[in-house]
Amino acid sequence: MSVAAPASIPGVLDAWTDRPDATLVAGGTDIMVDVNFARRRPSSVIALHNVGELRERSVGDVGVTIGAGVTYTELQDRELATAVPALAQAARTVGSPQIRNAGTIGGNIGTASPAGDTLPVLVALDAVVDVQGVGGTREVPIDELFTGPKRTALAAHEVITAVRVPPCRGPQEFLKVGTRNAMIIATVSVALVLDRDARTVRVGLGAVGPVALRAVEAERFAEATIDWDDPVRSADATLLTGFADRVADAARPIDDHRSTAGYRRHAVQILARRALQRACSHG
Amino acid sequence: MVITRERRTTGTGVSVARPDGVPKVRGEFAFASDLWMEGMLWGHTLRAPHAHARIVSIDPSGALRVPGVHAVLTADDVPGRATFGLVVPDQPVLAGDVVRFAGEAVAVVAAEHPELARQAAAAIRVEYEPLAPLVDAELALGAEPIHPDGNVYRQLVIRRGDAAAHGPIAVEGEYEVGMQDQAPLGPEAGLAVPADDGGVELFVATQYLHVDREQTAAALGLDPQLVRLTLGGVGGAFGAREDISLQIHLCLLALQTRRPVKMVYSRAESFVGHVHRHPARIRLRHEADRDGRLVRVEGRMLLDGGAYASTSVPVLVNAMSFAAGPYRVPTVDVEGIVVRTNNPPCGAMRGFGAVQACFAYEAQMDRLAAACGVDPVELRLRNAMGPGDEFIFGQRAGASFPLRETIRACTRHPLPEPPVQSREAGAADLPGASGRTTEEHDVRRGIGFAVSVKNLMFSEGHDDLSTAHCRLRDGVVTVTCAAAEVGQGFVTLVHQIAHEVLGVERVVVAPADTSIGDAGSTSASRQTWMSGGAVLAACEAVRDELLDRVARDHAVAAGSLAVRNGSIVGTDGSRGVDLRVEDAIRGVDLEATRVHRHRPTTPLDADGQGEPHVAFAVAAHRAVVDVDVELGLVRVVQVATAQDVGRVLNPLQALGQIEGGIAQGLGLAVMEEVILDQGHIRNASFTDYLVPTALDAAEVLVDFVEVPDPDAPLGAKGIGEPPTISSTPAIVAAIRDATGVPLRRVPVRPSDIVGPSSGS
Amino acid sequence: MADPLSYRIRVNGQSHDVCDAWIGESLLFVLRERLGLSGAKNACEQGECGSCSVFVDGQLVCSCLVLAATVPGAEVVTIEGLTAGGGTALTDVQQAFLDEGAVQCGFCTPGLVMTVHDLLERDTLPSELAVREALAGNLCRCTGYGRILAAVARAASGRAGTNRDSAR
Repeated sequence: MSVAAPASIPGVLDAWTDRPDATLVAGGTDIMVDVNFARRRPSSVIALHNVGELRERSVGDVGVTIGAGVTYTELQDRELATAVPALAQAARTVGSPQIRNAGTIGGNIGTASPAGDTLPVLVALDAVVDVQGVGGTREVPIDELFTGPKRTALAAHEVITAVRVPPCRGPQEFLKVGTRNAMIIATVSVALVLDRDARTVRVGLGAVGPVALRAVEAERFAEATIDWDDPVRSADATLLTGFADRVADAARPIDDHRSTAGYRRHAVQILARRALQRACSHG
Repeated sequence: MVITRERRTTGTGVSVARPDGVPKVRGEFAFASDLWMEGMLWGHTLRAPHAHARIVSIDPSGALRVPGVHAVLTADDVPGRATFGLVVPDQPVLAGDVVRFAGEAVAVVAAEHPELARQAAAAIRVEYEPLAPLVDAELALGAEPIHPDGNVYRQLVIRRGDAAAHGPIAVEGEYEVGMQDQAPLGPEAGLAVPADDGGVELFVATQYLHVDREQTAAALGLDPQLVRLTLGGVGGAFGAREDISLQIHLCLLALQTRRPVKMVYSRAESFVGHVHRHPARIRLRHEADRDGRLVRVEGRMLLDGGAYASTSVPVLVNAMSFAAGPYRVPTVDVEGIVVRTNNPPCGAMRGFGAVQACFAYEAQMDRLAAACGVDPVELRLRNAMGPGDEFIFGQRAGASFPLRETIRACTRHPLPEPPVQSREAGAADLPGASGRTTEEHDVRRGIGFAVSVKNLMFSEGHDDLSTAHCRLRDGVVTVTCAAAEVGQGFVTLVHQIAHEVLGVERVVVAPADTSIGDAGSTSASRQTWMSGGAVLAACEAVRDELLDRVARDHAVAAGSLAVRNGSIVGTDGSRGVDLRVEDAIRGVDLEATRVHRHRPTTPLDADGQGEPHVAFAVAAHRAVVDVDVELGLVRVVQVATAQDVGRVLNPLQALGQIEGGIAQGLGLAVMEEVILDQGHIRNASFTDYLVPTALDAAEVLVDFVEVPDPDAPLGAKGIGEPPTISSTPAIVAAIRDATGVPLRRVPVRPSDIVGPSSGS
Repeated sequence: MADPLSYRIRVNGQSHDVCDAWIGESLLFVLRERLGLSGAKNACEQGECGSCSVFVDGQLVCSCLVLAATVPGAEVVTIEGLTAGGGTALTDVQQAFLDEGAVQCGFCTPGLVMTVHDLLERDTLPSELAVREALAGNLCRCTGYGRILAAVARAASGRAGTNRDSAR
């Protein structure tokens, strides 16, 4: 059959076994652009919108599990926005309301654009991506999933089913620079996650490398320099500048038709400083 | 802007509702891309991937083998004139031996389904020998000709005054304007239907039916009478539809296949399928006395016209005419050149050369103000032309030239209130908006001011006309005019004029087509004046005949009657014959065709002097911007304007035109540019060619300055272009004010504001 | 092309059979070229302009990005479906667009009307900024959005007035 709309993951895998050349379609916001522009010519399709499991989410003390089919609009609902604020902030900046109603977090991960809006957040959260294929399920840490611009470590006929992130244990920030105030691909983006309990700082950078990057030196510097008992007071020039400079060093930006490497490096430094200042001022 | 709800609901001067509004809000209005006909085929164009190449061979056989393909046409299949062009027919209908820009049309196909047509086009084998592309306009003058007509479209100087006169204060700069795209939402679209008489019917979204017909008939080798064009609904134009795009291709396919053929461009194709605004490099030197009064302006202007001539010549004339702006300049020495390159062709876009010039001269005026220690607005007032003053090309401004009043009116608009409470990151009205980049303390506010002048109608002896027909029969007035409605609201004006002149309730605007005479182009802010004038004259002719009859029937003097408020009254205001118009027109069948012409204009002489323009309109803009200076992100908060409109015919429509034009000026200021790489457009999509969204648009305050133009049939000037001209430099001036950065180029990018530290 | 498909979709409360379709056709294409519903417009084919906006199971989406063959089972509502019964009936939003001069060329208008209906269902008295953000996915090149914002305000206050009246 040319078009399958199974109601379960096993159903998806069965359909894919029948038609190994089938294209998976969730929200369609990336794939349909390729189809409309004749870059992709599907011969058969497996639609995911009936797979209820992909729309589920659970928020608990141990972690947050978000089904791959959860849309950007749904990422901003109260429960998820409270559980993963930076993810909700990132989702708000994606495209337009129309795009946000259809596009999914699974699609954002699977497309693996260097500028994908949720990806720096997931990277900063040390997210784990649940993947399922005919051979079984596996968990892929996010930093192993992206292998290059628009390339992932997914094997053929593997489906992203969910992404898991830790619960919010401190301030989270997401900042994105674009040359227009809406509907814009990131020139640069920064995600920052503080864990007050574990006293960790995690940074994800978007659009300044072939994949979303971490800034490990900056993270270590901030962890060591923040006064965790009084973060507001410790947000001085030494901390902020030291952190921001190290974040800029971690970036690997390029020149392209949207911006220059020089501007991107400059902007990522500004964003990093502001993100940490805001996070610290939350106490 | 408060639009008062008038008691009067018809006639000119009130906000009459659009007659096509209901179908448009219901989604029933038929745009050209919505047309459908039984048995129709889909057309598709094969475009060259090289900016410059010799075509070695074309093998269409693969395309002909695709099932459902009915025609594959190349240059050899053009029966008539092989080239087209608005001023000089220098552009091939289909490239035959050489390709001169990336995206140039090489072949067209017709097939049963658009996907089949696309596959067929992809199956045509074209062998190219790539040639080095000429993409730097600076080099075009000295380079090998890339076209038999050479690489220079026009070169001219404007020179007058005392060559030895200089001023003690001088400012000099070089300015650059990037390539803007009109980006109308409606893509190129049309439907061609072969006729039994060997001719063809073409339904097309265009700005100018008759010039399309002329060029199409020539290419088809047909008498123009056999080529009948009807306006399909137009989804915006702004200059993109003045030139031929798919008209000839569609007719060729229809005549070849003997089937209706429809073609709709994709957005990416639309970017290469129409002309763009000329990129410009302008160097200016302004010299003034210590009070800031201009003594001399010198400069040089270089426009990149791209691969074919289009309207590059009149664009240069406009840009040069207004090289110094609407100011009194005793001595001027400016030279300008527009050249051919292998970049995409450039032509008409709203503002037509005046935009590029204004960015440069208004930047200069701000710098001059600073150098003289004079307030920037005061400097404009001090130098402003008034009625009767001479432009740098010698022609005098007419009686309606309220520049000083317009400047003052603009400055009287209230400035925006500062935000009520400190805005937090993510506030949608901060720079960066939902991107959360910016907090209140990161923002600097700036204010900028600019003025502009634009000519109305065509120029330099290219004198045009418009034709309208009015028929009064069975109690209905039917007005026929070939003026293209592209969204600007001309059809509303027709209703208003007919109502006011004839007092008849029921007015029908007939479809615009080539069965009636030429109405000229919907461009150059000319339709209200020219086609409004023709409609006015035709309706008045019918009215006068009606009144003559009524006068005879009632044995009163001819000429003693008038139409007022739906009644026929005496011209002395008395009740006259006491007849309602609706009663007087029973059984009446009257018609008239009228042509409106404007007064003649002259070409520029060897010193750039003459009477090249018909009329002028001025405008002033004040912009307020918020800038995140560290990141270089801009939000335009408010654009206030006063515009010289002559007379407001429909306040709500006028407001809409001005707000829309300001948005396009805002786009050029901060986000819109066609980015070229060796002649290839790198951002041919709405993902990366950024037009302002609702979150980018500013609050707009408008004041109409009404000094009726005595030459304008309705006293009203065209209003479409002025909002697009000084809005851009006002916004850039505001960004300079907020940041202190001497910005010399539009569109302003964040890296331009942030500067050398960002590596830009 | 791949094997032709046939399927049935529901649009504006009616079932339509789509026959011999190519699998890659978008919902926008099917609405316009197969079902004769040309109210949704194609201005970019990549979800960047909103002129193709429709409701699928009550969600405002770009129909150019919906694979038509995946639609069976869902309810689609287009601009034509906002006013049941045809003729010249107008919704309050459509009337507000006319009254405020928010229509020029009209190409963006159907998509905007859909988006405004969606907005006002979810937020009865949106602030101007909320309106701008909700409309940011609908490009308009003619109006500069000023009259469109006025139309939304007019429609919103009209509904608030009606609610106040009916609440008494």
